[in-house]
Amino acid sequence: MFETIFVDAANWLRNLLISINLSPFVVEVFLHVVKMVVILVFVLLNVMWLVYMERKVSARFQCRVGPDRNGPYGLAQIFNDVAKLISKEMILPTHVNKKMYLLAPILIFAPPMAILAVTPMGEGMAAVDLNLGLYYFVAIAGINTVVVWMAGWSSNNKYSLVGGMRAVAQMVSYEIPLLLALVGVIVLTGTLNLNGIVDAQKSAWLIFTQPLAFFIYFIAAMAEANRAPFDLVEGESEIISGPYTEYSGMGFAFFFLAEYANLLVMAIMTTTLFLGGWLAPFGWTFIPSWLWFIIKVYFVIWVVMWMRWTFPRIRIDHLMNLAWKFLVPLAIANIFVTGLAKYFIGI
Amino acid sequence: MGEFIAFIILAVCLLGSALLVVTLRDIVHAVLCLILVFFSVAGIFILLNADFLAVVQILVYAGGVSIMVVFGVMTVQRTQIQRSNSANSRFLVAIPVVFGTFLVAAITAARNIWTPANVPVPENDIKHLAPILLDNYVIPFEAAAILLTVAMTGALLLVKEVKDSGNKS
Repeated sequence: MFETIFVDAANWLRNLLISINLSPFVVEVFLHVVKMVVILVFVLLNVMWLVYMERKVSARFQCRVGPDRNGPYGLAQIFNDVAKLISKEMILPTHVNKKMYLLAPILIFAPPMAILAVTPMGEGMAAVDLNLGLYYFVAIAGINTVVVWMAGWSSNNKYSLVGGMRAVAQMVSYEIPLLLALVGVIVLTGTLNLNGIVDAQKSAWLIFTQPLAFFIYFIAAMAEANRAPFDLVEGESEIISGPYTEYSGMGFAFFFLAEYANLLVMAIMTTTLFLGGWLAPFGWTFIPSWLWFIIKVYFVIWVVMWMRWTFPRIRIDHLMNLAWKFLVPLAIANIFVTGLAKYFIGI
Repeated sequence: MGEFIAFIILAVCLLGSALLVVTLRDIVHAVLCLILVFFSVAGIFILLNADFLAVVQILVYAGGVSIMVVFGVMTVQRTQIQRSNSANSRFLVAIPVVFGTFLVAAITAARNIWTPANVPVPENDIKHLAPILLDNYVIPFEAAAILLTVAMTGALLLVKEVKDSGNKS
């Protein structure tokens, strides 16, 4: 019953709309709007939870307690944070490039939302079942760079500009190993459809058949999402939050929350591509597929947070060397080996 | 009908932002409009059922080429960014060239007999593209790849730091 709860809800809504004599086109448009709203709510709820989770996890790693004053286990802290961010004034400095400065925080949520529209979050639970899903993900993820650069450039502040430059350099560099690592996945599964990739992992998750690709992808995706130890774009101690220095109030809140939205997207893509997506391990199908998906996503997020509070931030030249001299050759070797294996063994 | 409305919206978006790219004085705003142009083109590709091309358009142009332009902008001196997209007023040369090009394109398009293929566009176009690209035309494809590598190496060689070797004497 719980397995198909969301699919059933969608079908119920569709039948309801058809029964009041709406044309099929209007019904489909309406359903898509509903799906997008659901995804937006899903992202916002998760992002709010992640802010709290990050505080608690960081506290654990530093032998602190973390927020515990507001509500049970400090859970009301989430709402206090949001209320604070909404109620604060958004200061518009006089020297900024106004149009771009105001546009950047609005656009920052677009890429994560666009990616989540095609990811299957349970059996048959992709808002749009796109044939080119994986390729689409790579294309949209690249757009993020432009938005961060917009924020950095329009702020008209030296630190912000340095942050923007770092963002562009880092994201462009790490997109290459990320893409090359995904080629191994595509070769093995023979499809770009994210549902197809999940289906292809029924016998073995890709983390076991493509361990090197997973390793490269995970590092590159962390760098793409600007997570520590690759958070040079912000680098509080050197360039005081980089592109976000001049933002305040809701403007800052959007960037802050978008960072967690990107973390969520990164975890969701890692789960879909390498950890079997919504497939149940050990045949434990008594837990519904969408719940398995959430569990895996949160496990990945926990690992990423664990890394953040364990490793120090790496230096920019080390960062570039890691991408170009280490990850790219490894990724190409991985494609080569995968191709050979596919040709000779025919996996 | 819905397709027609979508086309009109995309066309207006495309032409409007393309016009802004050349008329805006601030080169940074021009770059952002250029990204909008690329996205509109991708939208038109989707209308034509060419999903693969649409994604390539976003990946290569909106995500790649525009970032390269951004790199260029960031190395530009910021003294007079408001007038950085230099416009000139050589209308006497520009108008005949534009009209000439347009005329040639229009005549070629009009003389060509367009026969629409009666085959529907395949649902999964990448399955049809891959054999063409990597089997039938693999040599031109690889030649283009080698050409790009050579161009990249050449560019690297050009910008390589010149070692001051003449100081020995």
